[in-house]
Amino acid sequence: MADQLTVVMLVFVPLAIVLIFLYSIGYHNFGKKFDTHDLPGNPPHGGVEPMYARFFAYLSLFAAGMLTLVVADNLLLLFVGWEVMGYCSYSLIGFWYGRQYDDPKATPPRKAAIKAFMTTRVADVFMMLGIVYLYSQTGTLNFHDIFFNPEVMKHLLETPSLIGGFAAAHLIGLLLFIGTVGKSAQFPLHVWLPDAMEGPTPVSAMIHAAAMVSAGIYMIARMFPVLAIEMGGYVTHAAESAGHAVHTGNPTLSIMAFIGAFTALFAATIAVAQKDVKKVLAYSTISQLGFMVAVAGLGGYVAVIFHLLTHAFFKALLFLSSGSVIHGMEHGHHHLHEHGHGHDDHGHDAHAHHHEEKPFDPQDMRFMGNLRSKMPVTFWVYLIGSLALAGIFPLAGFWSKDEILADAFQKGLEGAWHAWLVYGLLTIGALFTAFYMTRQVMLVFFGKARHEAAKHAHESAPVMLIPLIVLAVLSVFGGMLNLPGGIQGVEGVHLPLSEGLVNWLGHTQIDYTQRPDLLAPAEMDAHSTHGETTDAHAPAEGTHATEGETATGHTAEGGEHEGGHHAWYHGLDLNPMVAGLSTLIGLLAIFAGYSLYKNGLASAFAPDPLKKIIGVGLFTFLENKWYVDEFYAWLIINPFKNLSVWLAEVIDWDFFHDLFHDGIIASGFAGIANLLAGPVDKGFVDKVFDGAAGMVRGIGGWGTRTFQTGYVRNYALSVLFGVVLLLAYAVYALLT
Amino acid sequence: MMFLQVITSTLFAVTFSPLIGVVALLFTPADRKDTARWIAFSSSLVTFVLSLLMLSQVDSSNANMQLEVLVPWVQVGTHWSINFHLGVDGISTLMILLTTFLVPIAIWASFSVEERVKEYMIFFLLLEVGMLGVFVSLDLFLFYIFWEFSLVPMYMLIGIWGGKRRLYAAVKFFLYTMAGSILMLLAILWLGNNLKSFDYVEILARYQEIAPAVQMWLFAGFALAFCIKVPLWPLHSWLPDAHVEAPTAGSVILAGVLLKLGTYGILRFNLALFPDAARQFAPLIATLAVIGIIYGAVVSFAQKDVKKLVAYSSVSHLGFVMLGLVAMNDQGIEGAVLQMINHGISTGALFLLIGMIYERRHTRELSEFGGLWKVMPIYGALSLIVSLSSMGLPGLNGFVGEFTILLGAFGSHVLASPLYTVFATTGVILAAVYMLWMFQKMFLGPVTNPENNHLKDLNWREIAVIVPLIVMIFFIGLYPKPFFDLMHASVHQMTAVLDVAVHATGH
Repeated sequence: MADQLTVVMLVFVPLAIVLIFLYSIGYHNFGKKFDTHDLPGNPPHGGVEPMYARFFAYLSLFAAGMLTLVVADNLLLLFVGWEVMGYCSYSLIGFWYGRQYDDPKATPPRKAAIKAFMTTRVADVFMMLGIVYLYSQTGTLNFHDIFFNPEVMKHLLETPSLIGGFAAAHLIGLLLFIGTVGKSAQFPLHVWLPDAMEGPTPVSAMIHAAAMVSAGIYMIARMFPVLAIEMGGYVTHAAESAGHAVHTGNPTLSIMAFIGAFTALFAATIAVAQKDVKKVLAYSTISQLGFMVAVAGLGGYVAVIFHLLTHAFFKALLFLSSGSVIHGMEHGHHHLHEHGHGHDDHGHDAHAHHHEEKPFDPQDMRFMGNLRSKMPVTFWVYLIGSLALAGIFPLAGFWSKDEILADAFQKGLEGAWHAWLVYGLLTIGALFTAFYMTRQVMLVFFGKARHEAAKHAHESAPVMLIPLIVLAVLSVFGGMLNLPGGIQGVEGVHLPLSEGLVNWLGHTQIDYTQRPDLLAPAEMDAHSTHGETTDAHAPAEGTHATEGETATGHTAEGGEHEGGHHAWYHGLDLNPMVAGLSTLIGLLAIFAGYSLYKNGLASAFAPDPLKKIIGVGLFTFLENKWYVDEFYAWLIINPFKNLSVWLAEVIDWDFFHDLFHDGIIASGFAGIANLLAGPVDKGFVDKVFDGAAGMVRGIGGWGTRTFQTGYVRNYALSVLFGVVLLLAYAVYALLT
Repeated sequence: MMFLQVITSTLFAVTFSPLIGVVALLFTPADRKDTARWIAFSSSLVTFVLSLLMLSQVDSSNANMQLEVLVPWVQVGTHWSINFHLGVDGISTLMILLTTFLVPIAIWASFSVEERVKEYMIFFLLLEVGMLGVFVSLDLFLFYIFWEFSLVPMYMLIGIWGGKRRLYAAVKFFLYTMAGSILMLLAILWLGNNLKSFDYVEILARYQEIAPAVQMWLFAGFALAFCIKVPLWPLHSWLPDAHVEAPTAGSVILAGVLLKLGTYGILRFNLALFPDAARQFAPLIATLAVIGIIYGAVVSFAQKDVKKLVAYSSVSHLGFVMLGLVAMNDQGIEGAVLQMINHGISTGALFLLIGMIYERRHTRELSEFGGLWKVMPIYGALSLIVSLSSMGLPGLNGFVGEFTILLGAFGSHVLASPLYTVFATTGVILAAVYMLWMFQKMFLGPVTNPENNHLKDLNWREIAVIVPLIVMIFFIGLYPKPFFDLMHASVHQMTAVLDVAVHATGH
């Protein structure tokens, strides 16, 4: 199925994917000789990746999973693509499956892979329940049959769910949204995404930009009619007078808004204290996805897609450039080994890494510095990506982030108090965003080189740089896809190409907030809707709205609101106050970051200057990611392991197996058998069966000598003997 | 004349064709191991081909029993009559195909058995006759004979070719199933005595003559036998012993087919013959099934022996099957039947793979392994696919069955509560936990044990044994329609009676 939403995804997803593929060729040193020290399952030392083919096979399957998800016309097929991606991320995060770190606290790739799969799987199971629930209510999982059939939608809205206050639509929406919480790494299921950095860098780009986390946001957008459905004023009165249970508001949307906004700020605070170049970006992704989820929770359908799109460009750019940085650092490091200066290492020793005096990590920003002069192209594209992410005018991120903030602001003006909270959290989040990106750029590219490897780093190959340049161009101009319609308070300004995405997406789905009449209970057959709606393939005549009449919320009516709701497909004018404030905040944060880190660090092991300002305690708290992993280990993982061992050893083995089954049942049985065996068996039966056993031995050439204990043998033989007799009789009966 | 008609009928040929191999083996000298192997393998292939012939003769749009063979067999006065009655519908056709498909694979995988090859193969073929007999019998007495008969060869396989504690495990396996069957025998005798017939089709047509209170007792009698076989929690204690001690191919058949005799029995007899009692018992069975799903999965995770891990995972998977059956609607039962097949394929493949590493290292302790993927890449890749299938990854077979079961259980009128489904989905999470944990322990990470450094990857025979199962894993995962089509009419005929809310059944 291809509608406008699918087409938008089909524009940027394959584009990002193809650039990632291209980049991977260089990243895996294609064309270089195979280094015989390299083992499959470990990162290569400058030679070509030994499992090159496997990498591309998985990457292709990953892409196939994402594209399946995008073109699926029903929720089940979407889920298949969703899970295939889950598996691919598992196998790609754990791609270097043999890797083992000396530090026992470090997560090796294979464990990170399990963590990713399990965390998302927990969420997926909720999503699966949502799918099953939806099916039980509608009898179909086809998007078109659900969204374009007001009878079905009305049924979903009017049916109370198991949880009070939630209509079926809302509970289904919540369950599906939990799937997104896992897939798009929202708090509290965000823990897998930072560890997913253990995979090769192109995989990180794949997960963070083109596929995986985008899938979660896409699903929200795809299921938006169900997620966002609520009764407007008109419907409420009509429903009340018809005696229906009335659900006003939409608890699911509010939950989304809170989780998104909290995640946006929460992850941004963690990102400021990370030392791993990719971990900063990972938390940045979590934070940016929080922006999208939050605005989705406020009903900003177009803003979600817009930010998803621009974010894909600049986040792919940032990840791939960070890969270029890491590659450069690794090359610098190998250079040292080959030329032997700086360290008395053992040259081509396969275990060279273990002979390091100080643990060198090519991803650790503390070892970098001044890479601007060594890797100029990477530096410039990285700078563009950072500014785009920080939302600086006129890069892509500015437009999409501004639309999110403006949406929240607008919703607040309309009287939704929680929109103000969301707006506040997101604005502070934007402040942190600009700060941590500045910190990163300063630590990586400015100051002095803090390690020999950084001094000998060199620019990556053109096959890696070309995708970076393309993505940089997109990060600059991506915002033009959906420029605002005008500027608030200024008459007569109309930007060219404005509201492209709004107009394009405006025809995708019925915007039920603008068509409350479709959800109004019919006068006569209000109670008979259930029977009809369960058969969605044959909807009641006249209710099946066609796509042609669905377009609402065009530019002209975008500002108008019925029943206090603004349309999903609305274009907002540029709000100079919102845009000005966020730009000001961004510039302030950049300035703060610049002044704090303008000299980089004094050495690779000097404390971070931020420590002095916010205090060691708080910095450590942020550096350790609010200790969420430790909390989960304490709350879930360790108790589960203990429970598992206790169930297996105490309950299952000692109690069920040994005491209950063997001790009581089996010995009781044996007691009866002994009783029978004494007087009965010894006398008559034994002789008969010994004879039978001898007969079988004679026929089959089979000895029973190894059997030491007798009763069950007798049993078995008696059954066999009986069956033979019956079969013989059967043949006799048939013949006569 | 009648004799000729019977032995040339398709079902008779399918069921008893392994006996040709048995007879041939009896005349094979004991030291001609290879001859014995190939005779058994060819014989099981002949059976498989015959079962495909049977498939071509089955009309899947017909819900009733087909290809019937009906001969009066034992008559005691005018009081009792036992018929030699065979027949299949869509459901039993699938079960037969599962059996005839797995047996050649299991026999081929047993080519590495060196002790008493001839006897081993004889028992294996006799086992096949017993299992097929269970699936084709349409007379309760005949069914009971095959049911008990299938025990004996498996008892021998475990007891003679098993591991260290084989005798204990074999005895336990035998006694458990036997003890459960005694009540079933009583229930069968009651039916025969009161309805004057042991014929399944006749009893099915007259099930309403049985008083509701009696239905409950009869249901319980049958259910105990079947639930031990499944095994439904908490009757599972024989399973880990039997699996751990059984030879590889024995485990394959035990998990692949013998456990399905239990679930098949529940469906064929408990649900079809006593629908009112079934609805009453459904919440109880569903509760035990859900406990089993979670319990089996949690206990799996703590196992140190891979084979035991997979054995406990069967408790979890069969819990899903039971949940689907007692949902008593189309989706639930169709999902359950498909999941029986899926479990046979996936778990069968897992046992085969475990057997292959056991033959190399003579241990199954998880802690002995690590980093095997590097040493044995083909083995690693095949194990990964099978593990993913077992944990229900979409695109592979396990997901289709599990998802359909969950759909059925969620919307079930009989269970009338989505909570069963909610708790059952925990098993979906936990399945990934223990499977990925096992895979990680065995295959990933550095090679920690030097004994694993020079293991040989799979040889062509071992690969060829696994590949048909892998093909089926993908086939069912990507295109399950033929399987659902084959069973749909028969399942729907049952659910037409069953799928009624409990409170609506007050006679």
